[in-house]
Amino acid sequence: MRDGSVLAAVLGVARRDLLLAMRRKSDAAAPVFFFVIVASLFPLGLGPEPELLRRIGPGVLWVGALLAAMLSAARLFASDYDDGTLEQMALSPQPLVALVLGKLAAHWLVSGLPLVIAAPLLGLQFGLSFDAIVLLAVSLALGTPVLGLVGAIGAALTLGVRGGGMLVALLVLPLYVPALVFGAGAVDAVLAGTGAEAHLSLLGACLVLAAFFAPWAITAALRIALE
Amino acid sequence: MLQASELECVRGERRLFTALSFTLKPGELLHVQGANGAGKTSLLRIALGLTPPDKGEVRWNNTPIRTLRADYRREVGYCGHSNALKDDLSAVENVRAAAALAGQRVERGQALAALERFGIALSAADLPVRSLSQGQKRRTALARLAQNGAKLWVLDEPFAALDAGGVEWLSEMIEAHLAASGLALVTSHQALPVRARSTTLRIGA
Repeated sequence: MRDGSVLAAVLGVARRDLLLAMRRKSDAAAPVFFFVIVASLFPLGLGPEPELLRRIGPGVLWVGALLAAMLSAARLFASDYDDGTLEQMALSPQPLVALVLGKLAAHWLVSGLPLVIAAPLLGLQFGLSFDAIVLLAVSLALGTPVLGLVGAIGAALTLGVRGGGMLVALLVLPLYVPALVFGAGAVDAVLAGTGAEAHLSLLGACLVLAAFFAPWAITAALRIALE
Repeated sequence: MLQASELECVRGERRLFTALSFTLKPGELLHVQGANGAGKTSLLRIALGLTPPDKGEVRWNNTPIRTLRADYRREVGYCGHSNALKDDLSAVENVRAAAALAGQRVERGQALAALERFGIALSAADLPVRSLSQGQKRRTALARLAQNGAKLWVLDEPFAALDAGGVEWLSEMIEAHLAASGLALVTSHQALPVRARSTTLRIGA
């Protein structure tokens, strides 16, 4: 048997998941629509007060993105688990952690990136300044991978558990707090006229930590789920 | 050569089997028989290395599979209850995606050839797997197994959902695999229609 490379396995899994997302466009689009709707409910509920909306905009948009990211991450491994693909992944001669990385990359492209792209448009709705909108996109570009990685840990831990969706929320939302604080804080800092570098550095640090540890935690959790 | 020695499997309060040993040599088939819930699938999962046994160990060519890890997984092909196919992808895409899991690149032509050998016509190979019959799904899943060139086939109830023609076809496939000095570990309720050197292992009896 020819020996394949780890990189080919990572790309192969990512390619398969992107293909699946293309076949199921409605599933893939649901998180970003959720984000748009949540972010639009606030101006409707609070009334047209530009000053107030500008004040709460960064926080509301970040919370919306966070919930959307959690919803999409919760089902990340469910279909692979149900149809037996996850067993095949665990039985692959390539390391499971590499296959997980491929899945995570595809997942971010399908559900994280659209949030980053949609956020500036929603920022206009809240009357954010140009600088704040740019920073919102930057902070989400750093933050959504963190949300996806941490959410995937929750999804892997609750595989095969009844009512897993609710459990994912309880497990994962507290872990989202640092990303939320630094992400929304960065945009707030720009609005307040101070620099956002500190917040962004801390958010970057969150990303590095999550990128390093989460794949291993996910892999361990998946192996337990398969036992 | 696959060897299992003194395996024990406990699920919750129940001891499914204990002191279970077998040896499987190239060209041989081991037929695992037992009632529903007797632990057939558990035994297969232990043999695959997915679940660690509560006691005992499984060896491949005299080395415990725990230490072989990826080197063992390279030799094994598994087809479980579920076919592990993606309903939204076509048969060709499924075969190619499965090869990608192993880090291999399979061209479309190769995948089509493998499918054809397993009785999936060109016209069906590009349909979403969702629209294929149970038998065709099983054939696709097994084509994937052969494509990966595994030496040890581990098949969980492979004859379920196959019609008479399918059963005959699969028996021939297994016979050909064994003739090429492959190994097969197969569970099924019924007697196996495979003509080969085979041992029957009854569990939970």
